[in-house]
Amino acid sequence: MSTSSVSKGCFVFKPSAKKKKTLSLEDHFSHGCESAESSEKRFKLCQDLWDKIKSDTEVLQDDLNRKILDSLLDFTRKCSSTRQLSDWASQMRASEIPTAALVLGVNVPDHDMTFQSLSELLQQSVTPHVASVQAKECGGKGLEYVKKIVTVIVSSYLRVLTIRSSPSRDDPQQPPVVIIFKDLEAFNPKVLQDFILICSRYIERLPLMFIFGIATSPSTIQHMLPHSVSSLLCIELFQSLSCTQHLATVIDQLILTHHFPFKLNAKVLQVLMSIFLYHDFSVRNFIKGLQLALLEHFHSQPLSVLCCKKKDALLNVMQLSHSDLERIRNLPSFKRYVEKQEPQEQVNLSKDDTHLKEVCQKLIKGLHKYHKNYYPVLRCLHTLTSSLPRYPLGKQVRELHLICLEKNVWENEDYQTAMKLLRMLAKDELVALLQRCVEILQPVKSKKMKNAFLQLTDLLTKFKQLDSKSNLQKKTDLFQLQKTLLEMNESRRAKKLSPFEVLRNEALEFLDNLVKSHLSPPESHTLNEVCYYTSSATVRRHLNATPRTSIQAALNSPYYYLQNDRLKTVDGSVSNSAPDICIAYKLHLECGRLINLYDWLEAYATVVSAAEGNNPDSDNYGKVEEVKHARFIRAVSELEFLGFIKSTKQKTDHVARLTWGGC
Amino acid sequence: MTKMLQHSGYEEERLQRVAELLPCREVQAGMLLSLMGQPQQCSYPSIFIYGHRASGKSHVMQVLLKELELPHATVSCVECVSVALLFEQVLLSFFGCDAASLLPRSPSLSDFVRIYRQHCSQTPAKQTRYIVMEKAELLRDTDANLLPALLRLQELVDDNVTIILLSEIVWDKFRPNTGCFEPLLLHFPDYSKGELQQILSQDKHPSYSAEFYSSYINILLGVFYSVCRDLRELRHLAALNFSKFCEPLAEGKVKETDTHKLWRNIEPHLKKAMQTVYLREVSSLQWEQLQQMEERECGALRGLSAHTHVELPYYSKFLLIAAYLASYNPARTDKRFFLKHHGKIRKTNFLKKNEKTSNHLLGPKPFPLDRLLAIFYSVVDSRVAPTASIFSQISSLVTLQLLTKVSHDDQLDAPKYKCAVSMDFICAISRTVNFEIIKYLYDFL
Repeated sequence: MSTSSVSKGCFVFKPSAKKKKTLSLEDHFSHGCESAESSEKRFKLCQDLWDKIKSDTEVLQDDLNRKILDSLLDFTRKCSSTRQLSDWASQMRASEIPTAALVLGVNVPDHDMTFQSLSELLQQSVTPHVASVQAKECGGKGLEYVKKIVTVIVSSYLRVLTIRSSPSRDDPQQPPVVIIFKDLEAFNPKVLQDFILICSRYIERLPLMFIFGIATSPSTIQHMLPHSVSSLLCIELFQSLSCTQHLATVIDQLILTHHFPFKLNAKVLQVLMSIFLYHDFSVRNFIKGLQLALLEHFHSQPLSVLCCKKKDALLNVMQLSHSDLERIRNLPSFKRYVEKQEPQEQVNLSKDDTHLKEVCQKLIKGLHKYHKNYYPVLRCLHTLTSSLPRYPLGKQVRELHLICLEKNVWENEDYQTAMKLLRMLAKDELVALLQRCVEILQPVKSKKMKNAFLQLTDLLTKFKQLDSKSNLQKKTDLFQLQKTLLEMNESRRAKKLSPFEVLRNEALEFLDNLVKSHLSPPESHTLNEVCYYTSSATVRRHLNATPRTSIQAALNSPYYYLQNDRLKTVDGSVSNSAPDICIAYKLHLECGRLINLYDWLEAYATVVSAAEGNNPDSDNYGKVEEVKHARFIRAVSELEFLGFIKSTKQKTDHVARLTWGGC
Repeated sequence: MTKMLQHSGYEEERLQRVAELLPCREVQAGMLLSLMGQPQQCSYPSIFIYGHRASGKSHVMQVLLKELELPHATVSCVECVSVALLFEQVLLSFFGCDAASLLPRSPSLSDFVRIYRQHCSQTPAKQTRYIVMEKAELLRDTDANLLPALLRLQELVDDNVTIILLSEIVWDKFRPNTGCFEPLLLHFPDYSKGELQQILSQDKHPSYSAEFYSSYINILLGVFYSVCRDLRELRHLAALNFSKFCEPLAEGKVKETDTHKLWRNIEPHLKKAMQTVYLREVSSLQWEQLQQMEERECGALRGLSAHTHVELPYYSKFLLIAAYLASYNPARTDKRFFLKHHGKIRKTNFLKKNEKTSNHLLGPKPFPLDRLLAIFYSVVDSRVAPTASIFSQISSLVTLQLLTKVSHDDQLDAPKYKCAVSMDFICAISRTVNFEIIKYLYDFL
């Protein structure tokens, strides 16, 4: 930028009006997208799905939090009402600050949403004066910050009071001032103690109230506050739902349902689950991972136009272009399907586009049917096996889902043991389990499930009839009883099955068939690629970053990041023209634990001279001149900064390697 | 009966009222009155009053100054995070907001003195002005010149002003190295049992007779006097448990005078209160709810310290275990615990003299991040990629106060940590991941 001014000085340049139109989300989506023609449609589908997932999870979260939020609201209301009572007991206790200790679990990222809805609810129904404080906002002079917040609240509080005509100054409906400490553990204890001391001085004039958000356990309060301070508080404990339960509900509503056409395959789901269980316990991050998979799927798979509701999918099939149909022909699942067909049909499928479209419609219908039947049967199997000793098929339904996604569940050894255990169940247990299965199947609208439901209810009534029969027998006289006992004995000897055992086997046979016909893994179904996202490596790379591997990859093959053709090498070695640090890194890999700096420098100079194209026979070749020296020193200090080497006291002209392995 | 306070400077009537408001503190009040002299007389520059928590220091000052209508400013030092607030409050209550607004943004002591003198010359004191500083022990943390200057403020501002410092600790702990003006010391002793009884009996329940309440207080003191002499706590406990005490009365089982039966009824209840409410394990609100519930349901309510269980992600648990091992094992012994072929090293061989004492008695020791990760990778059973989330878990453990960072925040290279969890806690954690931590602890070898 330049000015017309002659004198030197500082000049302010207002930014000129935006030259470039900012790219919309859609442009970002279609950028670098496979098969651009359908990108618009896919973007819309993706966004619709995401909006639905988002709103659903929000509703879910609200439902889950409802209980605890309601009790918190009750608590605040009760506290503000007891303040106004004038009986002896509440007057004697008025000097305490009511405090709610809200235990939320270690998944701190998830808490924001809870606090958000909490403060909204409070503002709606209890008091307009709600302030949230976070420890990181109060760094350094924390107390002053908190005081600032309080002054803000107090001023708003007084304003509300004055607006409400002055005669009602002693309005009994004084709304309390609620201060939310979002992360109690992160606060400086000294600051917190002082703040509480100050607040308690004004509690008689100002109806204060605290809410402590606690991530670990309530005993932190006692660790942070001495008795003299905690005696100023009247603490009540509120425990929220554990995050594993939370996740189970989210999976139940988002993954284990046929309402969302978008699916994850076993590996991707495994990655998301392991990030949750091993790393952060955060449901929000899980949903973010789901969002990433969704976006990636629609971005990278052109056929994802078919990943939508059945009606739309059938329409979209008819609008597929020739290139899209070619893609379908190249899908592995479709190839397998074609191989199974008659030769004439095979020719038709590979040549005739309209015929292919019709077949695709049929296949899409089949896929939707499969999903509709899969989830109820999965739940049935889970109810049957989740109460077995040692949980052969997992405690949670998601574990069973993972097993089913991977391969045929009935070939699994654990499935066999589960079935064996089921055959040993007593009657009342079995009947109870079957009853629950019936309840699961009842609301399903698919034809097959309705059939299954009828058969199961039949079986159940048979079980109940068995009951009444045996009751009849009991009423017989002693002689009859003896006779039946004898008969029973004989039958046992002859390994004849009792009617109950026959029935039990029948029921289990039926369930086994149900599993075999509906719980086949998705890979066995044609066109599954349309709905299933499979690239677990992408998800892992994006969500679980590995800084060290990236650094090593960058140093080993700079082409990977720099994309410069000169850096391309064949056998994984580093080209001579690579950045200095890569050359230094490569050379240091050849050394032992201690590296002689001078040798290293010489080797470096040789490599760099070769890169400059110097004649190997000339005098200057491999000679260390000042520039090379400086470049080398910089490369070495960069390596030291990255933690590959460090200086050592053992030998003055050496450095120590901090990593193992090498060429 | 109240002893009479006598002083020529004030009306009989007022002194009478003051004496009624200050039971059991007549001696101290009389002493203060005679120190203060008559309102227009010049008073001693500074008075230092010390005594335990809830021994009536602030109350006596408050009542004296209010009832006798003396010009005064009361400042709590907790509130004065900066001296500016202190000066502002003093000027505000003596000269109104005009004076307070004259203070510059971050005023020094001399600014304060200057403005004080300015206004003081305009409105010279007819009576002694008093500045009461509560929680004066916090003054020690402020600028070194503040306390000595306040002690001889009278000379500095050339006005009839007296500083009264209230503190829970003795004057010896205040005295600056450079020396200062010595204030008059006045001690407020703890209330005796009889005095406590007398004071507590004053806030009687309106629907019961004074004798009845007094007998209740007597029982209460019998239980609690041995553990707690804090008037405020006792008053709180008295208020909480009174409804239970009255229960048999309301049911019509006993008469007000039947003290023994009432005692039998309340005594186990008070014992329980000593374990829960007094330690703030259970809040007073919960305690009241508890009283309304039936006896058998009481077990359901657990105190704050009963909830110690913390759910952590799988790797966080192992990071915490690794941190615990790094904190309580000497670094030399890592080889023995975490190397597969460590050879035969007996404990006696590498036992140093100073390590004979248990490491657990000495507390956790700091360890560098490298060591934590090395131990982590050897205790965790599967191969773990060194991902960014492993590192972020370490920092979230720090924010959860399960680990503490020992090195300075600015030190990015090789930060040092300490493990801040107890043995019981780590044992519970390692049980959930089937890790036998005892086998890896040097102290339990």
